[in-house]
Amino acid sequence: MRLPFLRDKKIMCQQMVELLSDFIEGTLPNKTHKRVAAHLAMCAACPAYVEQLRATIALTGRLREEDIEPHMMDELLDVFRTWET
Amino acid sequence: MTGPTDSTDEELVRRLQSRDEAAFRELVRRYQSPLIAVARAHVSTRASAEEVVQETWLGVIKGIDRFEGRSSFKTWLFRIASNRAKTLGVKERRSVPFSSLGDDDGPAVDPERFDNMGMWRSAPAEWGSTPLDVLAGSETLAFVDETLRQLPETQRMVVILRDRQGWTSTEVCDTLEITEANQRVLLHRGRARVRAALERHLEREGAGA
Repeated sequence: MRLPFLRDKKIMCQQMVELLSDFIEGTLPNKTHKRVAAHLAMCAACPAYVEQLRATIALTGRLREEDIEPHMMDELLDVFRTWET
Repeated sequence: MTGPTDSTDEELVRRLQSRDEAAFRELVRRYQSPLIAVARAHVSTRASAEEVVQETWLGVIKGIDRFEGRSSFKTWLFRIASNRAKTLGVKERRSVPFSSLGDDDGPAVDPERFDNMGMWRSAPAEWGSTPLDVLAGSETLAFVDETLRQLPETQRMVVILRDRQGWTSTEVCDTLEITEANQRVLLHRGRARVRAALERHLEREGAGA
């Protein structure tokens, strides 16, 4: 298959890593998205970077949210109960 | 006692307007953590951020009867919080150019990792082959948490809201009053910092195993 854009403007790995968050987001311009996808299809190293970035996002998603401090909740509920009546 | 629910904000707000305490608790539980993250962008300490969030909830109690749902509850809530946080931040003389990208414009990956053609000298490790109990173990998660705390604040906030809270980019832009382009750059840089830190961390772990 012919990949004319690679001949003209080849994206190097070092430029790739600046585009991959947007690539995952799907926010790159169409043409750039295709060039990134083409690079990933033939690069031996960058797919591992994408995998690491996805894992990073997934791990962040697994972080527990901070619970409200019990004394702060108690304070709020005291006000709430006064308001209620 | 009602536990965490799947009720929508709209349902909870209606219940709150009829003084339902469980609905109030659920809203606090749902938004406490991102509220603190947002407040933290404007004020200097964790304690000040908590003060702002506490005042925000008191503001919700006072104002909820006048809330007509013209904007979403979430937008309304975060607007109260960021206004209060800004006011306190000014008092603290801490004027952070909120929409700015900060001074972190470094590359996503250490340039040393690439040759002069811009190709990887050695490929990034395959994390897929890292045992899951190491990759997603509590120790690694604690490390991610700690790394996030060390990010520049605007970056941290965007990463937390997007990747931990699961907000859409539109929600983040509306709440933080930043442009879509800024949001993308902050997210990119924040994620890149966390990935790089994790890479070093897992290498150390692997070496010790």
